[in-house]
Amino acid sequence: MSVEKVDLPLSLTVNPRLEQWLKFETDETVRVATGKVEIGQGVVTALSQIAAEELDLPLDRVVMLSGDSDEGPDERYTSSSLSIMVSGASIRLVCAEARALLVARAALRLNCSAAQLSVADGRFFVDGAASDISYWSVAPEIDWGQTATGSVAPKAPAEYRIVGQNVPRQDLPAKLAGGAYIYDRIPDDVVHARMLRQPGRDAVLRALDEAAVRHAAGGEIEIFQRGNFVAFLGADERSVEAAAAAAVAHAKWANAPDIEPGQQGAAWLRGQPSDDRQYGAEVNPDAPGEVVEARFSRPYIAHASLAPSCALAQFSGEHLTIWSHGQGMHPLRRNIAEVLELPIEAITAKHLNGPGCYGHNGADDVALDVAIIAMHKPGSCIRLQWRREEEFGFEPFGPAMLVDLRVRLDEEGRPADWTAEVWSPTHVQRPGTGSGFLLAAAALPNPPAAPVPQDPLEEAGGGGTRNATPYYDIPKTRILHHLVTAPPVRTSALRTLGALPNVFALEAMIDDLAIRAGADPLDYRLSMLSDPRARAVLKTVAKRADWSQRGKGGEGQGLGLAFARYKNTAAYAAVAVALRVDEQVHLDHIWVVADGGLVINPDGVRNQLEGGAIQGASWTLKEQVTMLGQGVTSLDWDSYPILRFSEIPEIEAEVLNQPEQPSLGVGECSVSPTAAAIGNSVAHALGHRIHDMPLSRERIMAALLN
Amino acid sequence: MAQIFEITVNGEPRQVEAEADLPLIYVLRNELGLTGTRYGCGLEQCGSCMVLIDGEPSYACARAMDSVAGRTVQTIEDLGTVADPHPLQQAFLDEQAGQCGYCLSGILISAKALLDRNPSPSRADIVAALDGHLCRCGAHSRIIRAVDRAAAMLRGEGGV
Ligand code: FES
Ligand code: FES
Repeated sequence: MSVEKVDLPLSLTVNPRLEQWLKFETDETVRVATGKVEIGQGVVTALSQIAAEELDLPLDRVVMLSGDSDEGPDERYTSSSLSIMVSGASIRLVCAEARALLVARAALRLNCSAAQLSVADGRFFVDGAASDISYWSVAPEIDWGQTATGSVAPKAPAEYRIVGQNVPRQDLPAKLAGGAYIYDRIPDDVVHARMLRQPGRDAVLRALDEAAVRHAAGGEIEIFQRGNFVAFLGADERSVEAAAAAAVAHAKWANAPDIEPGQQGAAWLRGQPSDDRQYGAEVNPDAPGEVVEARFSRPYIAHASLAPSCALAQFSGEHLTIWSHGQGMHPLRRNIAEVLELPIEAITAKHLNGPGCYGHNGADDVALDVAIIAMHKPGSCIRLQWRREEEFGFEPFGPAMLVDLRVRLDEEGRPADWTAEVWSPTHVQRPGTGSGFLLAAAALPNPPAAPVPQDPLEEAGGGGTRNATPYYDIPKTRILHHLVTAPPVRTSALRTLGALPNVFALEAMIDDLAIRAGADPLDYRLSMLSDPRARAVLKTVAKRADWSQRGKGGEGQGLGLAFARYKNTAAYAAVAVALRVDEQVHLDHIWVVADGGLVINPDGVRNQLEGGAIQGASWTLKEQVTMLGQGVTSLDWDSYPILRFSEIPEIEAEVLNQPEQPSLGVGECSVSPTAAAIGNSVAHALGHRIHDMPLSRERIMAALLN
Repeated sequence: MAQIFEITVNGEPRQVEAEADLPLIYVLRNELGLTGTRYGCGLEQCGSCMVLIDGEPSYACARAMDSVAGRTVQTIEDLGTVADPHPLQQAFLDEQAGQCGYCLSGILISAKALLDRNPSPSRADIVAALDGHLCRCGAHSRIIRAVDRAAAMLRGEGGV
């Protein structure tokens, strides 16, 4: 194996010791630890493939430990499609180094050179002849406390036998047999809990009609109050559920929010107080050339996980253990330690499977809720599940966005300069990464100061500005970003952040400019797209969708396409959508073609591409959070509909194989181009552009009347 | 006032003490330890809690105990196990149908009811049978394929 100097991935810098990643167990398996967690994306399976590959072991000898704040590495949150790029790169280097150490040690024991050794199933062979030693017999002689150097070169992709294969997800069998979730953990003497939520961070509880609440509960309950934090506890889950449901109407709050009718719309954002920044080139407003402008919008949307968030906690009197389906156990325990004023080491946070979260939903908040209650009842295991209305009402939402595009054309009708002006509340309020705090902290005595919103840095892909800069060859591009600081609801990370509205807007503009230039939208794109990988996904999707046979449009049948490279640095994706429009949109077929560099598990990636396309379609066609008065009013699946089985088109997802290219995060890349391709396909079908999401029945009807 | 109800759950007669209006899901999950039946909304809107009552798909979140008395209830736990999966579960594995998987318990139940009455469902039949179920991860097209595959397996066309 050659030795070279490597820049260590961040996870390995933060968790430098080999033992933080690897443990050779006495049962002849290897425990490989990751801070990333399974959220339905198949990441744990993919990481096990990388480990098995570098260790030269069959997959069943690798046992993954994921999301354990005591025993696993701190890799912050599972987010931004970074798991394979960061955790995968770390595991690859660590395993390559471990293998080299084991081989060197075995060579010493067998008195041969490392070059004479080969490994099969963890056993050493000298010049092809079996020896009596294995990884597991040699491992105890190695100091695993040593720091990873990252200097052992991993295998060349041409040697891969496990990476790049379709490996079935390890978590699915148990899930299909009715097991595997945090929700299944109901200890015999568990104390069930439900919350009365403070309607806003400044709201003060003036009165709670406890008698009425107890009456509604039906069974025995305890009411626990600390400041504006109120919980109902008891042995019977239904009683605490009934108490919490009834309490909403029996609580009187001062200083509750009072949301006005216009505030739920994106249009409201313009003119609100904002933190303003400018990125990119200077653009001369008086330069010659025709200027084309358009305004696009997207309302607040929800994560809308299929189950309301849940957590368990138990305080021994000294140590607090938390079970959670959040996206990062290390940050969770840090954040909870801060609120509870406990030393970090006094808390253990363990991950258990939950419903898909698609970003920052209620999972972290419910963990603080239950921790507060557990501290009040030492010895008891507390189980808290949010009510459905609570998840819909209090999750941090995907922000509404308003996007103004202003494009100056050159003589060929191509963009000479491009300005995207974006209004949006922040896209990240994960405690510890930006400005937010765990929800219940505001209800306790001495609440934290109001957060000063920040967005992810531009280097990290930005938030409201994510993908606002076109990937096309345009001489001058700039972004004017208005980070709206006081939105009516809490907002935070939701799959793709601002990329969906930005790509929806920019790819609509590109289509409209193509029409204006008398060009085919595909040819127009290719005429200003020099990156060969971008061209390849676009051309392939066009072939799959039979683009050359596309009709002239305007008669209710649409075919549209769109392209984006996620964050302009991660995976490439092109999407084509065929649909029909009568009073509403009927999706017929979605084609997705992506390039994510080296792919660890192609079927796992296709699964993500398909899911992303459906979620993107659902946001584009149907979803909108409504709010009025004290808060959110879309509190169930009737008032917050999502795409159903009867609305699902045929979907084909294809991954272009690029084993020699580094892995690029793929989990989010199909979402935004799907939204944009639907927008373009609807415009093709109607002969009329709809600029505002969702593309609802009302908007279609209005467009038809036009 | 709590009463004693007799129900047959996954083939076994059970006596449960419960309020007459207690939704079945609480009994299954908290009394009988059958946690595979999942809570999603409590409103008959998502399908996560689907069980078979006398063979008919029913929302356990909304079925009061007194309407279940004397009846037969079948839950996901009766379908198959990790070691010995039902053809439906095997087909879902073959298609890798699912992401977070939270919707799958309920969907498998409705799919079973469909295949019990219609061994050769069309895509439209499958979609109609599953339309009461939500899947937030967007695993729908794989799920539809998996049910189709399971139907073929159950018809003895094993080589799909
Ligand atoms: S939990 Fe019963 S339908 Fe949602
Ligand atoms: S797989 Fe996550 S909800 Fe269906």
